[in-house]
Amino acid sequence: MSRQLHTFPGGLKLATFKHLSDSEMAQQQALPERLILPLQQHIGIPAEPVVRIGDQVLKGQVIARANGYVSLPVHASTSGRIIDIGDYPVPHPSGLNAPCIVIEADGLDQWGEITPTHEYASVDPQELQTVICECGISGLGGAGFPAHVKIREGVDNAVDTLIINGVECEPYITCDARLIQEKAQYVVAGTRMIGHAVQARHCVIAIEDDMPASYQALAELVGEDIELVTVPARYPAGGEKQLIQVITGKTVPSGGLPIHVGIVMHNVATAAAVYRAVTRGEPIISRYVTISGNVERPRNLQVLLGTPVKDCLANCGFTDDGRSKIILGGPMMGMRVRNPDIPITKTTNCILIQRHEPAPPALPCIRCGRCAEVCPVRLQPQQLYWHAESGNFRAAQSYHLFDCIECGLCAYVCPSHIPLVQYFRYAKSKVAETERRERGAEYSLTRFLEKNARAERLRADRARPLPPDTSQALAEKRSYIEAAVARSKQKKELLQKDQADDD
Amino acid sequence: MTTEYSSPPHLHDGTTVTGLMAKVGLALVPGLLIYLWWFGSGILIQCLLAVSAALLCEWLLLRVTGKPAMYLKDGSVIVTALLFAFSLSPFTPWWITVLGISFAVVFAKHLYGGLGYNLFNPAMAGYVFILLCFPAQLNQWPSVGVTPDFSDYLAIIFSGHMSTGIDALSGASPLNHMKSQLNNMAMIPEIISNPIYGTIGGRGWEIINTAFLAGGLWLLFSRTIRWHIPAAVLGGLFGCSLCLYISDSAIHVAPFFHLFSGGTMLGAFFIATDPVTAPTTALGRVLYGVLIGIVVFAIRTWGGYPDGFAFAVLIANMFAPLISHYTTPPVMGQEHL
Ligand code: SF4
Ligand code: SF4
Repeated sequence: MSRQLHTFPGGLKLATFKHLSDSEMAQQQALPERLILPLQQHIGIPAEPVVRIGDQVLKGQVIARANGYVSLPVHASTSGRIIDIGDYPVPHPSGLNAPCIVIEADGLDQWGEITPTHEYASVDPQELQTVICECGISGLGGAGFPAHVKIREGVDNAVDTLIINGVECEPYITCDARLIQEKAQYVVAGTRMIGHAVQARHCVIAIEDDMPASYQALAELVGEDIELVTVPARYPAGGEKQLIQVITGKTVPSGGLPIHVGIVMHNVATAAAVYRAVTRGEPIISRYVTISGNVERPRNLQVLLGTPVKDCLANCGFTDDGRSKIILGGPMMGMRVRNPDIPITKTTNCILIQRHEPAPPALPCIRCGRCAEVCPVRLQPQQLYWHAESGNFRAAQSYHLFDCIECGLCAYVCPSHIPLVQYFRYAKSKVAETERRERGAEYSLTRFLEKNARAERLRADRARPLPPDTSQALAEKRSYIEAAVARSKQKKELLQKDQADDD
Repeated sequence: MTTEYSSPPHLHDGTTVTGLMAKVGLALVPGLLIYLWWFGSGILIQCLLAVSAALLCEWLLLRVTGKPAMYLKDGSVIVTALLFAFSLSPFTPWWITVLGISFAVVFAKHLYGGLGYNLFNPAMAGYVFILLCFPAQLNQWPSVGVTPDFSDYLAIIFSGHMSTGIDALSGASPLNHMKSQLNNMAMIPEIISNPIYGTIGGRGWEIINTAFLAGGLWLLFSRTIRWHIPAAVLGGLFGCSLCLYISDSAIHVAPFFHLFSGGTMLGAFFIATDPVTAPTTALGRVLYGVLIGIVVFAIRTWGGYPDGFAFAVLIANMFAPLISHYTTPPVMGQEHL
């Protein structure tokens, strides 16, 4: 059972501060008066409301349905009445409000009807996927990619290894560690289910070597079929590509997906959610959240989705003295929020309170190369910065700007205190904007031409007398269809070739 | 109501440019003390002169270029001035010191855009500037065994010209002596019997170099600098001199003589490691260091100057961007493309 581990470039051992919150059982956060459920808590297309203001809903009931393939439904996290559907502040880097459904809790917390699936091993993977999608499960680790899409990739492609990621590399965060210790059987059973769905040759649960309690909990449950691997605690070992490299020695090609090297990766919390979804038919309506940092009682909470951040903070003895800042997520990648009314969503793993200290002014880059030393992607952040700062975003792109995973290590070590990640994000958004614009211009041009052509065809059609419905006409029609099929086939091949070239 | 966000990370390891510069300054202290003990207080006067002139120039230029005066606090200009002062003979007339450091700050640093933008190491650019203009004044070193006192130094540095008995106090440095003797066809064993040589290098110089080595090692262990450049400089110098030494030890000095003479340790640990003007990649830094080591050796052996550190650093500076460019490792996931 000893797997040969590998290393990833750069990285840094950080002080973890996990002891603040990892010893106490997660506490159930009280039911709030109102729950605010954003329609988009995942990457992809926002869900579409299926309820109206005034409707009574039960816990677990679908209140917004998935809108397309890369989308997820939203469920009521408690029973009550829909009191509003509209824009509210949400945890999103843009800082803009987004559409949410607001439920006024009736205090009964009454479950609606849920259908368990039992016997997952006899269930067709396709069906398992549907269950996972219908239960609204997205990656609970941070990014929030719909879980069924990743599983689908795994069903369609040969999967060598399924990795269940319990490597919580960011300081302070212990929600996965608590979940593993309290719900180890969910994690392990969920791992088996996903492993079954994607027909993985190997299943691995990865945790860090400084999580002995989690190791204990899992070691008792994993059998021959699951490898429990501890990886050295070094930030960002829990990053998707970094963990794949550590465990398999494979590098995911730039711009590629784990599945391209035969890997499917899910977070431990996702695995636990899959277990609940399959055996009990329970959608995802709550999650573990770490509250840590500068609060009186740092701990983990089990929180209903939609609960305001400020309720969780109050529960941990936080009083805002105006000198604290609230960070959603870890200290390295989390985002600062100013409005404590925003809700906990599927991807909220941590609320961190820090003393607010004004950042020291940024000095010019002294090219010390510290940033490049720690970069896990082997970028040259000082070079990226050079181009990003001078507004030369295309040049930054050619220095692989888009391979930056925004782990924050470069800015963490920079002696000049340059907010590098901020520059990189800005540069990324600028490049995306330009591309959109270019594509947009092209798009409207083709649309215009197409419209003209359509009008032309219509005129021609009207002018032509209707053909007699003879066998000759039928043959003509068939050959026309055949030609169209051949054309689309050709186009598809071309497309595929294009895509292959892209890789 | 909208929500505002600020960018991660929300942690920092606490290093600052000022902190790094302070450590470099601190690491110079052992060298300074030995220097004081061996050559007397001249170095202090030179340091004071250089630092005050440098601060004044920096302040003026920050005002002219409209940059915040807070940049003064980064300490980089003080380090530049100290390294410059350590490169000078303690007898250097005050106006040459001031001229050199002003050139360094104004031309080598600020005309290129200030901290972080300069192509050449400012201290070395300033030193080479005055070395080219006033070669004679820079090659008078205190004679071995003579420690001029404070008033001697004041008189020599400020009297405007080398008059009052300076000849009695000064002589050639060991590297200089070695070079002229070798040019006179003397043999090594014969040359190093001269009392200006110690056990492995020039007398006094070997201790000063050891002190700089100690300071440099501390910089390494406190992770202020990385090993690549110093190791490569010393390795390059050692390797070259070893080859020639093996080929003919009668006319080529031992490798250790090179390591413990002149400005070797100061150069390897303090000057060549200036990050702004060095390549940024690990491999690049090794190549850069080796290049410096080779050029230093070539100048000492065949060139027209007794020590070649300043020239070697400036030459290597010119190649630094190129070296960085060609030694950039492939980004993760780009290897196969
Ligand atoms: S760490 Fe900061 S100062 Fe150093 S090279 Fe990188 S960006 Fe420049
Ligand atoms: S934030 Fe980007 S550039 Fe900086 S260390 Fe992380 S991956 Fe590298």
